[in-house]
Amino acid sequence: MRYAYKNRHPYLFIAPALFILICFSILPIFVAFGISFTDINLRSLADWSRINFVGLDNYISLFTDQVFLISIYNTVFYVVIGVPLVIICSLGIALLLNYGKNKLYTMFRTVYYMPSITNIVAIAVIWGFLYNTHYGLFNYFLSLANIDAIPWLEQPTIAKLSLILLAVWKGIGINMIIFLAALQGIPREYYEAAEIDGANRWQMLRHITIPLLSFATFFVTITTLIGWLQFFEEPYVMTNGGPLDGTLSMALFIYRNGFQLSEMGYAAAGSFILFFVIIVVTLLQFKLRKAETEY
Amino acid sequence: MPSPRYKNSKIEKTFVTALLVFGGIVVSIPFIWMILSSFKPANEVLSMPPTFLPSNPTIEHYVNLFTNMNFGIYLRNTLVIVFFSFVGLLFNGMAGYAFAKFNFKGKEPIFYMVLATMMIPAQVTMIPVYLILNQVGLTNTMAGIVLPGLAAAFSIFLFRQFMSTIPFDLIEAARLDGAGEFRIFFRLIIPIAKPVFAVQAILTFIGAWNSFLWPLIIASDQNLYTLSVGLALLQGQHSSNFGLQMAGAAFMVVPILIVFAFFQKYIIQGFTMSGLK
Repeated sequence: MRYAYKNRHPYLFIAPALFILICFSILPIFVAFGISFTDINLRSLADWSRINFVGLDNYISLFTDQVFLISIYNTVFYVVIGVPLVIICSLGIALLLNYGKNKLYTMFRTVYYMPSITNIVAIAVIWGFLYNTHYGLFNYFLSLANIDAIPWLEQPTIAKLSLILLAVWKGIGINMIIFLAALQGIPREYYEAAEIDGANRWQMLRHITIPLLSFATFFVTITTLIGWLQFFEEPYVMTNGGPLDGTLSMALFIYRNGFQLSEMGYAAAGSFILFFVIIVVTLLQFKLRKAETEY
Repeated sequence: MPSPRYKNSKIEKTFVTALLVFGGIVVSIPFIWMILSSFKPANEVLSMPPTFLPSNPTIEHYVNLFTNMNFGIYLRNTLVIVFFSFVGLLFNGMAGYAFAKFNFKGKEPIFYMVLATMMIPAQVTMIPVYLILNQVGLTNTMAGIVLPGLAAAFSIFLFRQFMSTIPFDLIEAARLDGAGEFRIFFRLIIPIAKPVFAVQAILTFIGAWNSFLWPLIIASDQNLYTLSVGLALLQGQHSSNFGLQMAGAAFMVVPILIVFAFFQKYIIQGFTMSGLK
């Protein structure tokens, strides 16, 4: 007791933040796990006696639910195309921005970063207008080049690609900054030595820059992967999962079941499958990285 | 002597600059189009071929947002959320300080637990958090919107990283002078940690200003909607009025761009400083 009082200060300092994290992050994990084995829904919230333990039923029905399977397919589609695109684009832009040091380059750093700090709803609204089949700017540009109008958001596969384009545009900024910070940390001597040895630009990029960026690349890959696995806001605001569930992601499936259809137990089970996928993918990344650095 | 790395040829430099400028314009098109369209009257927004500059500029859409679309209330709610997120920022700073500068029982496991919360996807916690808040009667209240976001593990981590560079002697000296622990934190530590507070304040402002999903879930009363929820509502109700939608979007985006333009140097420094490289 006396120890606790004498050393109370650190505990007082962490108490508010810790209390909130426990209430709203840690405790909910256990609650989510618990309710994923029940049939809890909006009606049973008022009367707890109507909540039944259903064992693995939710998990079993998920894998026979055609809509859930579509959402898995779509999420994989987003990840497989989106993640490499974000990494390549942000690295490419970081390399260009690292080329010079004058005002122009600082200004463009801001320009490329801007999309990533702007509100997703605003972005969805703006892009919805740009993508509009009849009045949109993109189809107008295409018409100038005599290309037929593209139904950007009206056909399942094209709609997925349209959302990816938007999300890449939004995702470049933050990753570019991380790459840029890493690039600026590479000692210039390495390049000078390589130049004396007669290395050309391409060789320097391949043998100095890319290997020395491996930690940044790893960090960006992990965060981008986790982010795209939880792809939610773009399909929610732009297409609400349509057309024909063509843009429905796993995260949107969970939201829809939990809050629109009020099947909370079912949605919680879906969220645990997503959580499981994220953990597996993250661990896999760490494993790959370990194998890579050991050579 | 110029270092060899800068012996780039003129052609190469022009090429890189041209590429950057071209890319920059492509990236900015949505913003430019948003601003231009928001000043066009309804019939001009939909005209084909589109006009570039508004030929009859008007601010009717902006006026409309406030007179007919409740954007005044949404703005007030958003600012309330911003205010409370700053209170949360203080909590995170206090926790980061304790993890950096104190030794106490359970420090390591507690810190790892805090870090582990970063891995939990929002989709897993949103249903139980809703149920918890429902149980204590906080759904559809401002407290319910604000509370879950007050603490953030990443923010605590950044504070800890920065504060571990503050010398112990300084804190010891203040203690010998008889200053209490809270006085030390508010009078000594906060002024020293100003740079990291500044970065996080900007990021917190941006995050709170943009908050969307949680207010959408927890608020069923329109009087509690934030700007982004209001904007999503507007998009649903006025789906063909693109001028109005663009004005709403501009009203959300432009303040952020201004804040960011002023402080971008600190944000980018903050990322470099935080040891992410």
